[in-house]
Amino acid sequence: MSTRPTLAVFKFASCDGCQLSLLDAEDELLAVAGAVDIAFFPEASSRMLPGPYDIALVEGSITTSHDAERIQEVRKQSRFLMTIGACATAGGIQALRNWGDTAEFLQAVYARPEYISTLATSTAIADHVTVDFELRGCPINHHQLVEVLSSLIAGRRPRTPTHSVCLDCKRRGTVCVTVAQGIPCLGPVTQAGCGAICPAYDRGCYGCYGPVKQCNSESLGDHFIATGSTPGELVPLFRNFNGYAPEFRAESDRLARRAEGV
Amino acid sequence: MNSSPVTAPARPPVPENPWLSHTVRIEQIVPEIAEVATYELAFVDSTIAATYQFQPGQFNMLYLPGVGEVAISISADPRSRERWAHTIRVAGSVTQSLARLQPGATLGLRGPYGNPWPVAACEGRDVILVAGGIGLAPLRPVIYELLANRNRYRKVTVLVGARTPEGLLYPGQYADWKAAGIDLQTTVDRASPGWLGNVGVVPQLLDRMALPAPQETVLLVCGPEVMMHFTVKSAQRRGVPVENIWLSSERNMQCAVRLCGHCQLGPTFVCKDGPVYRFDQIAPFLKVEGL
Amino acid sequence: MSTSAATELFLAKPHLQQLLNALSARGYCIIGPTIDQSAIVYAEIRTVDELPQGWTDQQEPATYRLVRREDNAWFGYAVGPHSWKRYLFPPFATVAVADRTAAGWQMSTPHEPVPKYAFLGVRACELAAIKIQDKVFLEGAYVDPIYRARREQAFVIAVNCTSAGANCFCTSMNTGPRCTTGFDLALTELPDAFLVEVGSDSGGEVLAELQTRVADVEEQAAAERARQQAVSQITKRLDTTDIRNLLLTNLEHPRWAEVATRCLSCTNCTMVCPTCFCASVNEVSDLQGDHVERQRQWDSCFNLDFSYMNGGHIRNDIRSRYRQWMTHKLASWIDQFGSSGCVGCGRCITWCPVGIDLTEEVAAIRGETP
Repeated sequence: MSTRPTLAVFKFASCDGCQLSLLDAEDELLAVAGAVDIAFFPEASSRMLPGPYDIALVEGSITTSHDAERIQEVRKQSRFLMTIGACATAGGIQALRNWGDTAEFLQAVYARPEYISTLATSTAIADHVTVDFELRGCPINHHQLVEVLSSLIAGRRPRTPTHSVCLDCKRRGTVCVTVAQGIPCLGPVTQAGCGAICPAYDRGCYGCYGPVKQCNSESLGDHFIATGSTPGELVPLFRNFNGYAPEFRAESDRLARRAEGV
Repeated sequence: MNSSPVTAPARPPVPENPWLSHTVRIEQIVPEIAEVATYELAFVDSTIAATYQFQPGQFNMLYLPGVGEVAISISADPRSRERWAHTIRVAGSVTQSLARLQPGATLGLRGPYGNPWPVAACEGRDVILVAGGIGLAPLRPVIYELLANRNRYRKVTVLVGARTPEGLLYPGQYADWKAAGIDLQTTVDRASPGWLGNVGVVPQLLDRMALPAPQETVLLVCGPEVMMHFTVKSAQRRGVPVENIWLSSERNMQCAVRLCGHCQLGPTFVCKDGPVYRFDQIAPFLKVEGL
Repeated sequence: MSTSAATELFLAKPHLQQLLNALSARGYCIIGPTIDQSAIVYAEIRTVDELPQGWTDQQEPATYRLVRREDNAWFGYAVGPHSWKRYLFPPFATVAVADRTAAGWQMSTPHEPVPKYAFLGVRACELAAIKIQDKVFLEGAYVDPIYRARREQAFVIAVNCTSAGANCFCTSMNTGPRCTTGFDLALTELPDAFLVEVGSDSGGEVLAELQTRVADVEEQAAAERARQQAVSQITKRLDTTDIRNLLLTNLEHPRWAEVATRCLSCTNCTMVCPTCFCASVNEVSDLQGDHVERQRQWDSCFNLDFSYMNGGHIRNDIRSRYRQWMTHKLASWIDQFGSSGCVGCGRCITWCPVGIDLTEEVAAIRGETP
């Protein structure tokens, strides 16, 4: 009998990129695999043991009624449930449907839309069940994942940095693209985790790691407007991989209302 | 500034690398109350043990490699020469990991740091120690110190409060302390079956106490902020001068050597100017939420 | 402002390369202003061609733009996004290591080679900032060994400002624009030459190797006019009268809540500030967890977790975090280190993504503005 904690990985609506990040972390994964008993990870192994599991990693958002039921079962079977990635944590890029008409999308995309059974919304796992820890990112950073798993295995409460992307830009010496080039960037309101990649390549931050705690998106939105952006241009900036995260959602809705002159 | 304490040891030389810990071994782990245990730590390098000294109220940084550091007040007898007691509550990741260690395990320790309790200012005066919960841990070295030179102090009172009787720290020592000339009183917020003692918050014990010479009374307080607040209020009402009231404050401690900026409280650094403050020196800043 | 009594030497402009060569020959890595990422940053340079010749910076709150100058000045800008603290107090540094051995954990100090820097183009406000960080890192009970090692062997070439940016207010902080102390050499740029002042013995030794002559009266007058031009261009003011008590007795002023509606708590002001020194230490382990490095990283009081303790945050809103930063910088710094923590370089104003101007915030608390 193994006394190692059991690990299960579940996929919901997602691109699999976060699971791939886990698989990418080959060297670390071997160390992790030695410390946990991988009981259920269909993407990596045909071994599928029944629950309960000590640690469940959940990738993807809830977009079907079947998945809405399945996540309840996953929760029941999991002692510690951790979401991985923007889809599971905030609904993902597919949450753009939440502002559209799903029936219309089905008509446009599928030859036989009547075969498709889907919900009108893409929602975060935490909207359905209690989540013990959220690992942000689109995709997740595998170093963070390994760090969090190591903490759990060692019996510590996991913690990941909660500061803004700006701090990481400054540490690595990247000059602010907003101030020096006038490029709208979500860095000041986005949680770090990627290592501040985009601004190092003269691009604004896309907000892949979601809103930083206590973020002030409204002030940033107002500033972009004051410096020449239109509210309409800014809506898609906030409606991205983490667009349905409450703070970004509120700001994009506010900007959308302003764009419509409401 | 407080005057130099009785124990006033020559400060060990300032280390070349203030971030560097010494290796210590866990000699013994004594379970105290729920989630709290006392770790007796000994230096692996005997030359460090030979020079290591601390003053009551000071703290050490305990280090678990790969996990991190945590500031822990020293709850040992200041005359300890071989092993030093640290009473630790499981709170964050470092203390969670510490709780999994067994005697014989090693960890890092650097210190001592911080401003100590004003033991010298207690001489010839009535001394009241007020502790809430685990707040008795940083005060225990003062008790040892007062007992070691009991005749230098007038009346010594220790008021200990906890949420429940099971939360009273170091109960096994109370009888010895009383026998050695300390008036020790306890109180709990909530009694459990069989508890025949006081029920109520610690400041009430102070309210009820006779204070024959408030001007000549020194008050040392450590516990939750709200408890310290009401204790100080009570003492002031009773005529204890603010400059005789001392308390121990807490902030996020990271470097402990005034280099990292984390532990600021108003214009002070808790690692250097605290954790023990004279009340009037910190009072304006304790009132401000989120400072 | 008195003109220096020290002799100023005339160095023909192209001969500045001789200075770079002399420093290189002495083993210095020369860090100087150069254009990168649409800004004038401080990075390693080898030739004077890498200087931002003919460029300047236009600064406003939340705006920095590189623009061409009408002349070909080599140091014709104010200050950029970087400061010298990046080199003396690096954003990442290993402060200690731990190794698991048969006898338990062994802790040791990493022995990494210490870079030997020559800083070219240090402004007066930046000299003041270095002096302030000297106080923080070198003059307390505990000395930071990483800062000390780098600082002790740094060679400092100051360059007097001959123009000023819109966010400069060194005159309010008494830190500039004239470089008076804290340098090995100080330059004042003229169209075809530099006038050089010697600030230390090692500065004099290096200068002796260059082709110089004593500047004549006219050249010295021209240099003084150039320096005065910077003074006259400074328009921003910070009234520092009794500022310590002003701020520490206004901790509940409504302005803190107002500025919190604009502040992003993004940390940019603290990162670009040449005196901010907050840091955290992270544990970096190998896979087996047997070798651990303690890595110090720049941190900021604007981070929520900065005040995390026992499951809660002391400064749990942007209001309290902005208040902490500004009161520390301008008020409690005086208690702690005997001077203001602000040198008036204006970086926090320029590089705030939403353009918060601390001089305006002080004025508001002073009741001078609504």
